Amino acid sequence: MNKQRRNTLKSASGLGVLGLFVAAGLIKPEMAMAVEDKKAFDAKSMTEAYGAIGSGTPVASKEITINAPDIAENGAVVPVSVISRLGKTQQIYILIEKNPSMLAAAFTFLEGSEPEVTTRVKMGQTSNLHAMVKADGKYFFATKEVKVTMGGCGG
Amino acid sequence: MADPMKIRATAKDGMTEVKILMSHEMETGQRKDAAGAVIPAWYITEVTAQHNGKTVLQAEFGTSVSKNPYLSFKFKGGAKGDKILVSWVDTKDDKRSDEATIA
Repeated sequence: MNKQRRNTLKSASGLGVLGLFVAAGLIKPEMAMAVEDKKAFDAKSMTEAYGAIGSGTPVASKEITINAPDIAENGAVVPVSVISRLGKTQQIYILIEKNPSMLAAAFTFLEGSEPEVTTRVKMGQTSNLHAMVKADGKYFFATKEVKVTMGGCGG
Repeated sequence: MADPMKIRATAKDGMTEVKILMSHEMETGQRKDAAGAVIPAWYITEVTAQHNGKTVLQAEFGTSVSKNPYLSFKFKGGAKGDKILVSWVDTKDDKRSDEATIA
């Protein structure tokens, strides 16, 4: 009797794991839609990055706010937040002009999420930070220079 | 399996703010160790945040994101007690998912 109970428990927990796998599988299709951006992370120039994202040359916009320090003492941890006031903002990209890997991060906002994001990036040297926003199918950008006193990509 | 994430989610005035701190080396592949050998790149590539099973934010990271990545964002809706599930995948195909309850 006891053994049977044990078996039941076992199979129940087995089902739980299966459920998790199914849940994990469900996440997949959504992730697939962003994969085309992957090449952008290897881009070595801004033009290349724009090309890989498929944005063309974005238009400067005052509706994008970048909050980042004017001077970053430690380039390994530079807090950056980007806020977009453009209607129908779909994506926010953070690019660092003089980093070996320019595209730091790309965020996709799904229904209900506000077009603002805060994260921390590395900066090898003083550089312009670019925030590119995809809104209603069009691309816009804003820049801000951050002076770095100590690089964050040191070797 | 990597260390757990720290996730804090607070609901206020119909908005939920989510703050996530991931524990990850985020190696760029640019650094060298003491012997001069290049330390291979190893970083988180994808982060997904779900609210009650519905994806609210999706992020892709490159090597320029700092070690132990921090991420915060807001979304409309969300009530106390709702579940926030955050998962990431790194370049070694390591995965981690953590859940938090909105406070």
